Amino acid sequence: MENNNKHNHCNEAHTHEKHCITTETCNNHGHDSHESHEHHDNFITKYIFSQDHKMIAKQFLITGMFWAVLGGLMSVLFRFQLGNPDDTYPFLEAILGKWAKGGRISPDAYYALVTTHGTVLVFFVLTAGLSGTFANFLIPLQIGARDMASPFLNMLSYWFFFIASCVMLSSLFVETGPFSGGWTAYPPLSALGDAMPGSKSGMDLWIIAMALFVVSSLLGGLNYIVTILNMRTKGMSMTKLPLTIWALFFTAVLGVLSFPVLLSGFILLIFDRNFGTSFYLSDIFINGVGALSNEGGNAILYQHLFWFLGHPEVYIILLPAMGMVSEILAVNSRKPIFGYMAMVGSLFAIAILAFLVWAHHMFVTGLNPFLGSIFVFITLLIAIPSAVKVFNWLTTIWRGNVRFTTGMLFAIGFVSLFISGGLTGIWLGNSSLDIHLHDTYFVIAHFHIVMGVASMFGMFAGVYHWFPKMFGRYMNNSLGYIHFWVTLVGAYLIFWPMHYQGLSGMPRRYYDYSIWESFKMYTELNKFISIVAIIVYATQILFLCNFFYSIFKGRKVQDSNPYQANTLEWTTPINPGHGNWPGEIPEVHRWAYDYGKDGKEYIPQNVPIAADEKEGH
Amino acid sequence: MTTYLIIAVLLLFYIVTIQIAKTSEYVSIIKGEKESFSQNNKINGFLMLAFLILGLVGVWYCNEYLYDTTLLNKPSASYEGERVDQMLWITIIVTGIMFLFTQILLFWFAFRYQHNENRKALFFVHSTKLEIVWTTIPAVVLFVLIFFGLVNWNYFTGEAPKGAMEVEVTGKQFGWIFRYPGSDNVFGKKYYKNIDPATNTLGLIFEDGSAQDDIVTEQTVYLVKNKPVKFIIGSRDVVHDFGLSHFRLKMDAVPGIPTTLWFTPKYTTEEMKKITGNPNFTYEISCDQMCGNGHYSMKGVIMVVEQADYDLWMAKQKSLYHINNPDTVAPTTLTTQTIAQTKL
Ligand code: HEM
Ligand SMILES: [Cu+2]
Ligand SMILES: [Cu+2]
Repeated sequence: MENNNKHNHCNEAHTHEKHCITTETCNNHGHDSHESHEHHDNFITKYIFSQDHKMIAKQFLITGMFWAVLGGLMSVLFRFQLGNPDDTYPFLEAILGKWAKGGRISPDAYYALVTTHGTVLVFFVLTAGLSGTFANFLIPLQIGARDMASPFLNMLSYWFFFIASCVMLSSLFVETGPFSGGWTAYPPLSALGDAMPGSKSGMDLWIIAMALFVVSSLLGGLNYIVTILNMRTKGMSMTKLPLTIWALFFTAVLGVLSFPVLLSGFILLIFDRNFGTSFYLSDIFINGVGALSNEGGNAILYQHLFWFLGHPEVYIILLPAMGMVSEILAVNSRKPIFGYMAMVGSLFAIAILAFLVWAHHMFVTGLNPFLGSIFVFITLLIAIPSAVKVFNWLTTIWRGNVRFTTGMLFAIGFVSLFISGGLTGIWLGNSSLDIHLHDTYFVIAHFHIVMGVASMFGMFAGVYHWFPKMFGRYMNNSLGYIHFWVTLVGAYLIFWPMHYQGLSGMPRRYYDYSIWESFKMYTELNKFISIVAIIVYATQILFLCNFFYSIFKGRKVQDSNPYQANTLEWTTPINPGHGNWPGEIPEVHRWAYDYGKDGKEYIPQNVPIAADEKEGH
Repeated sequence: MTTYLIIAVLLLFYIVTIQIAKTSEYVSIIKGEKESFSQNNKINGFLMLAFLILGLVGVWYCNEYLYDTTLLNKPSASYEGERVDQMLWITIIVTGIMFLFTQILLFWFAFRYQHNENRKALFFVHSTKLEIVWTTIPAVVLFVLIFFGLVNWNYFTGEAPKGAMEVEVTGKQFGWIFRYPGSDNVFGKKYYKNIDPATNTLGLIFEDGSAQDDIVTEQTVYLVKNKPVKFIIGSRDVVHDFGLSHFRLKMDAVPGIPTTLWFTPKYTTEEMKKITGNPNFTYEISCDQMCGNGHYSMKGVIMVVEQADYDLWMAKQKSLYHINNPDTVAPTTLTTQTIAQTKL
């Protein structure tokens, strides 16, 4: 990173955000001379308590990677158990100690691993790691702003995430184990320490970590919204925004409106756990303890509060990936994104509908059947904007001139996975099928493909695509190709057969199937899936090597616009300093998708409309 | 020892792959950026096509290999479940067509329109006609699916047929408790604070006369072929789920809030053994909601039998009250029986 200075001296010259960036007037008319003064960050303000959105993005990314490595390793461990239920492996005891006595992972440990894996991947990797990274990195760069509306709150958002991470990590080491009642944490199981060892102090830490996480999300989300609404450069009307920004905008809105509901659910849970209230508890007799005094509570209330966030959450995870994929597909097909307004409209429709479908996770809780019908109806409506997006992506590639950069490969993989997983949503959204498939491996297949792996692909696409902008160097292509093809094939090999397991009724979250006449025929298949999972995991380590190696040793970027792309981030210097543009912020004259227009390969957004030119869309 | 060996092999694998990747990067620099780009692009374009073809073969192969393990090739054990199966098939066909259509287009386009020096990409911004077409087609198809789905949903969640037998089921960590109302056909009152794990697992209130003939069994429940049954489902501790995959149905068991589920068994357990060709077949009840560290072992069994066998089995059952008070010769059972008889 020391080549910052070598490349372009201007990088270091940046405006001090206090003077200027936070005031809208100054930003919008950022053409008059900025008071650019030399400013020397020390190590702490540059790398640790940085208020530069680009550095904060990298912090989110690397913390997210840490959790992905750990959460992924957990899945390897529990898959190992599932694939080899009868064998013992001394090395497991060496790693896990009392959690794998005799070389076999215990049920307690299995459930702790499953739960932590779920929590960490959904929230820490695919929410903080994904939105945190790309909202921070791309919003100011693509809308033409020098930083976020409040760089300080932005920094705070990361540090809340960091503390949440520390608390979550520490929960892995408590005597009674981390929380192990599933990432959805349904009470009474999650409320009663006597119902499960994982619900003792491990659960207290889990809730605290999640509460801190919600704070982090809210601080980040508010900042993203305010920045997008107020700090666009001159000429950047909302309809000229790249789709990445639209997607990140809706993501932030979803988060800001739904995370507080989750927090309220958690607060009631804290009361039930620690202060003797009965919000969720009623009529409970625990083996070995006896009857509890709580009466009149409603365990289902929690599920409503949880899924009121939980469903929007899956779109919080997905939308940023959709936005980046739209951008990357257009850039590398050398064609405009097809149906820009339809893309924005479908994002909007998805964001609205995402708030109105939560009870499709609760069809078999005894929900009022009429209410269930309404939720079926709205849930299946969401497939319409989803279908529109898919067709628009397909048409974007159609008659393009496709360059298979690594980012592009992952973007294509994303579309494939989104189709496969989205279609099974249509099965599950129909309550009369869900009554059969709920809580089986079919659901596991559905959400891993549509959300887990697809969003991971979106994230990889983003990392490969914007790596040159982040670090001024390229990642190794060959390793990228290997990474992509092994992961794509592996993801399908792992999750496709799970549909069949689900269609046999095989329940999720089972430690061992050997006592079940109805499900024990899958021993071989489970072993196969576990082996593929290990291979895919090993391939991700290859990605990490590539990532960290390339930060320091990758081929240097020579051209400030290596993809010949239109968006504003490519108008900054190769290694932009704090403040992004050494001189004035460019003014925007057109949308982001003038590729192949009038015989021109590409026309960046800051190029004025020619006299004889018709405007883009 | 083997552990070290595995680690060594893995490290070697990484080092070799990374070295190969590095060399290929150098080679591409020597060859020139353009040359190596077009070569890589060709390889990846070809792999797109290969993935499409091998992927479709894989989908077919996976189906060959796993189809028989699913319930798709076995009849539903309940009449209601047949509607689920029918819905499944409609949905499989609809989404299957969409799947093939879109995946083929995706990878075909990627292959067909891979970069070519001599081609210019088409500047195609939008087309209202196309967009209307592919908004309406999914909408129409979905409305059909919603319609079928809701008709069935109303049926499943509607009133149980008249004359359905009623059985209460209660989940607990980690097993199932069943209760028949006894000869008076009325479930006696219960209160969870009366629960005694040894003698009164449900907390029945025996002062309530109608509780005295209630029959309580654990783990196994007997049902009658072709006779609708309505389960009243509850839980004693955490949330469980009464999962009946062979009948294609399930319903949560929630403490404090009873739920219900009804269906009509179609085959006896014996018949099902013949149908599935599995002499060990039983109708297993799986708990489908995470309920603790023994969740995976929370199994119950449904025995579906002919009416005559059911009557024989029932005659052998004693009410919980009678089991607890063997000397009382179960007077209530007698009296309620006579009441039932006089009613007839
Ligand atoms: C066509 C659109 C979709 C429909 C109709 C749909 C429907 C459903 C339904 C009904 C369930 C509940 C299944 C059950 O628990 O029995 C479900 C589960 C889930 N879906 Fe989707 N879905 C769709 C798309 C998505 C997308 C785009 C995502 C993520 C980005 C997603 C993520 C999830 C997750 C995470 C779960 C499982 C949560 C859990 O129980 O742990 N779904 N989906
Ligand atoms: Cu949902
Ligand atoms: Cu359970």
